[in-house]
Amino acid sequence: MNLIEDFRGPWPWYVAGPLIGLAIPALLIMGNKAFGISSSLRHVCAACIPAKVPYFSYDWRKEVWNLFFVAGVLLGGLIAGTLLADPDPVQIAPSLAAYLAQFGVTDLSEMVPLDLFNWESLLTLRGLLLIVVGGFLVGFGTRYAGGCTSGHSIMGLATLQWPSLVATIAFMVGGFAMTNLILPFILNLK
Amino acid sequence: MGKADRVSMVNTDSEVRSLDEMSVNESRLRHNWYHNLKYVAAGIIFGIVLVKAEIISWFRIQEMFRFESFHMYGVIGSAVAVGALSVLAIKVLGIRTIYGEEITFHPRPFSKGQVYGGLLFGLGWAMTGACPGPLYAQIGAGATVTVITVLSAICGTYVYGLLRERLPH
Repeated sequence: MNLIEDFRGPWPWYVAGPLIGLAIPALLIMGNKAFGISSSLRHVCAACIPAKVPYFSYDWRKEVWNLFFVAGVLLGGLIAGTLLADPDPVQIAPSLAAYLAQFGVTDLSEMVPLDLFNWESLLTLRGLLLIVVGGFLVGFGTRYAGGCTSGHSIMGLATLQWPSLVATIAFMVGGFAMTNLILPFILNLK
Repeated sequence: MGKADRVSMVNTDSEVRSLDEMSVNESRLRHNWYHNLKYVAAGIIFGIVLVKAEIISWFRIQEMFRFESFHMYGVIGSAVAVGALSVLAIKVLGIRTIYGEEITFHPRPFSKGQVYGGLLFGLGWAMTGACPGPLYAQIGAGATVTVITVLSAICGTYVYGLLRERLPH
């Protein structure tokens, strides 16, 4: 049991979850900010697209902390992916590995599967659906729902707001439906 | 104030309300830009956790939706528990911000968008294998094609902004 080894290997849920939970008091104490990520997408629209759309007509500069926060998330990813990189393949349930092999998804070297997500795959129907349509649904759905996993499932549930529980149940139902009912058809596309 | 009128016109959206409330209760403090660097620091820690605990992994998301692993349920459940205890501590102890301001909480009103939008986001979550936080962390961790996913998500947000008056809320 080597501490460095433990640090490099995948962190267990009981370390990661509490650290994520601490983001809530950290942001509140830093400046009364409610933990949330997906509103950053809205602030980007408000900042970059000058149009008379009421939904984007607000002073995004007052929310600029959120853009600094997501820039930090990207930097954190960079640090974790380089300085703290784990040389081992990703952890994956054997049943999932066997299931995905049927669809030719066998490269387990990266957490974002290279068989599905790469620049060339954008030229295939499968890649286009997963990357472009999937991304669109994330952006459209989170704003329609008024939050994502951070804002509803973590911040909303931690402050005991039942509408956030409704949103979280909807997220999970959508995810179950995609993974179990629709994704097999998408993965079969070449 | 023009902004308040506009907000009251479209008050079906919890976020506009929260933005409105934030500006009503707005801090009178004016900070230089570098005060925002503390949010970068918080984001860095969050991003490292997302990568090191494999929350950015497309495989982990599939495991969650196929009930093959407890990992993601453990992460979200323990994050909510620690977050809820922290919020309780802030309320009970009357903890203030580092600038001495009162910490405030804004209730989120129910809207049908939480169901319809939530379902649509859930579909996208299982396709991309990432919710918005992990999307940013994936780019940092070297999955460059995720830039396209994020641009597409920004498009999705923009289209929602265009259509929202016509969508059920």
